Amino acid sequence: MGLQRKDLLTIAALTADEIQLILTTAESLKEVGGRDIKKVPALRGKTVVNLFFEPSTRTRTSFELAAKRLSADVINFSPSTSSIVKGETLIDTARNIESMQADIIVLRHSSPGAAENLARAVRSSVINAGDGWHEHPTQALLDVFTIKEKKGRVEGLTVVIVGDVAHSRVARSNILALTKLGAEVRVVAPPTMLPLFIEQFGVTVFYHLDEALIGADVIIMLRLQRERLGQALLPSIREYAKLFCLTPERLKLAKPEAIVMHPGPLNRGVEISPSVADSAAAVILDQVTNGVSVRMALMYLLSGSGERSTLNE
Amino acid sequence: MQQKTSQNPASSHMILIQGGIVIDPGHVNGRADLLIQYGKIVEVGFPLTTPINPDSSVTILEAKGWIVAPGLVDLHCHLREPGFEYKETIGTGAASAVAGGFTSVCCMPNTQPVNDNASITKFMLAKGQEAGKARIFPIGAITRKSEGEELADIGELVEAGCVAISDDGRPVMNSLVMRRALEYAKAFGIPVVDHCEDLHLTDGGCMNEGIVSTELGMPGIPDASEEVMVARNLALADLTGVHVHLAHLSTARSVELVRHAKGQGLPVSAEVCPHHFSITEEAVRCYNSNAKMNPPLRTDEDVHALKQGLVDGTIDVIATDHAPHAIQEKQLEFDTAPFGIVGFETALPLTLQLVHDGVLSLEQALDKLTRAPAQLFHLPVGNLQPGSHADVVVLDPNEEWVVDPTQFHSKSQNTPFGGWTVKGKVKMTLVGGRIVYDAR
Repeated sequence: MGLQRKDLLTIAALTADEIQLILTTAESLKEVGGRDIKKVPALRGKTVVNLFFEPSTRTRTSFELAAKRLSADVINFSPSTSSIVKGETLIDTARNIESMQADIIVLRHSSPGAAENLARAVRSSVINAGDGWHEHPTQALLDVFTIKEKKGRVEGLTVVIVGDVAHSRVARSNILALTKLGAEVRVVAPPTMLPLFIEQFGVTVFYHLDEALIGADVIIMLRLQRERLGQALLPSIREYAKLFCLTPERLKLAKPEAIVMHPGPLNRGVEISPSVADSAAAVILDQVTNGVSVRMALMYLLSGSGERSTLNE
Repeated sequence: MQQKTSQNPASSHMILIQGGIVIDPGHVNGRADLLIQYGKIVEVGFPLTTPINPDSSVTILEAKGWIVAPGLVDLHCHLREPGFEYKETIGTGAASAVAGGFTSVCCMPNTQPVNDNASITKFMLAKGQEAGKARIFPIGAITRKSEGEELADIGELVEAGCVAISDDGRPVMNSLVMRRALEYAKAFGIPVVDHCEDLHLTDGGCMNEGIVSTELGMPGIPDASEEVMVARNLALADLTGVHVHLAHLSTARSVELVRHAKGQGLPVSAEVCPHHFSITEEAVRCYNSNAKMNPPLRTDEDVHALKQGLVDGTIDVIATDHAPHAIQEKQLEFDTAPFGIVGFETALPLTLQLVHDGVLSLEQALDKLTRAPAQLFHLPVGNLQPGSHADVVVLDPNEEWVVDPTQFHSKSQNTPFGGWTVKGKVKMTLVGGRIVYDAR
């Protein structure tokens, strides 16, 4: 049983059933990571290429580990963005890689739509590991996996996403995944960090963290990117921390059993206080562990798909 | 012998375009013949009264079932020469123009070097002469290198042949510099053309800011980016009394602002591009970089308002903003690909769609492509009255054809309309009584 698609490009294109299939598969593969010999032969002889045009350590490592645990051969390819500026298009780079008989290409790129364009140009399966501000589907999948693991369900939960939604692919993919699975999603940020018409995604918009946290089951903190400071989106880190830092006091506004998530890397003392990050409520390291399982599940499902269909036909 | 002389505009040889419907907006609309000699219109009417000497040679061009109109006039295009000859040259651009029915085109100064001095203007004019296709009317820069700081030598530019000034693509952000440019232009009686965009508000955006940009995670260009500059320019037109021509309006509020200003009698005019009234931001969904232009494709509501602006005269003219880019540039990812699409060879059928849809009459539509633009920039073209240049387009308004960018005469193929079935085809184009495009 596989996913009936060639690529995994967006959460937007997935049905709730497809998301459930990925989560169920990840659950059964999670056990591999607990073994003494952490390897299954599912992708033996397959080649996975990590094509990362943006610097990334944890996502790339997570994909690499996932592929290796499935016994695939893994190549990491990180062309500097400047070589692209020099003239080679993404498609040319990718066709080169395809010519080396890559079965799966994992792409991270700063341009929205890069993964979709790549998927159209190559026969290999493409997994989107983040395209600009657009989507980061595997992050959303590992987040919903973690929520389901900790809470037993996603449907009916109140999930609060805190921070720069406008410039966040994590937020977009999470909003889509969570609403598809029936969660009640709130977003809270300074209005400068919320994109136009975000409410049309079926979320409730808040500007004040304390109000948004009341009754929350899950809190997803987004990383504050310091380069936003020069763009008049924020007065200062100091003011952001004052208004949006998740502190133990604020955490008390949520439900007693609420969990706290963060895609990393953390800005301790900015969006999350150390005492919350290190508390029992924080499931940040579980997210990292689950990321490997979810990515294993995806590669397994994509490579095992008998009849392939391309997204957006 | 006869064929040869027919191509020499200076000869006494006559050209008779007969059997068609002549639409010379504001003058003629009906069954008429057109007589041309010495590169000029001799007479238009039916029957003709000019005696045709049986001894003189006459070339008869049959136009039965077709429309005969003044050659189209484009106030806004980019011919890329000098500097970007790999995208387009004045030669290929002029050939593309006449293939689209355009006999006069005004080219923007954002070349390399910028057209901010007489030598570049003269170079462009010479290249236009050499090409021998559409007439080239250069638009000079407002500021030196279009850097928005010091005024270009505007007097010298006008003397060399520039018909207007603009810093298109790099709009003048400093309102004082813009005010001074308008005041200075007053002495020369030329319009000042502005690409209305607040670059700070645009902030690196690459498509319309709205639900689609939010879904795609694409940096957006808000409506306000255009509208605040439209409002500024209207205020400066009022302050200085100088004619400001607003390039490629794209939003409903821009139309409303101009409508209000015209109601107050301000010296303003406005243009719209065919793509802005033909398609919306939805065209960006598949990350098609050929749907990337500036201003960006907007929404259905804006398209509706732009059409209304054309109907009630708020928008005076239709201009192409023909902006060729090479294939390799448009093959980049959407956010890094350059803005702009080619327009000469699709403008007429896209405009005629407004006629087929009952938005404009055929005469209204042609007016916005001929008489109106010529009048705004004081160009000695755009009509078929006796004594005028014999710049003529013969078209079949109902012929359907499929847009195939590989067949364009332009050097570039960057259009979102490839594969479209469109209605309305240029059959023949004449400039100064010479057939420069023939698809009969």
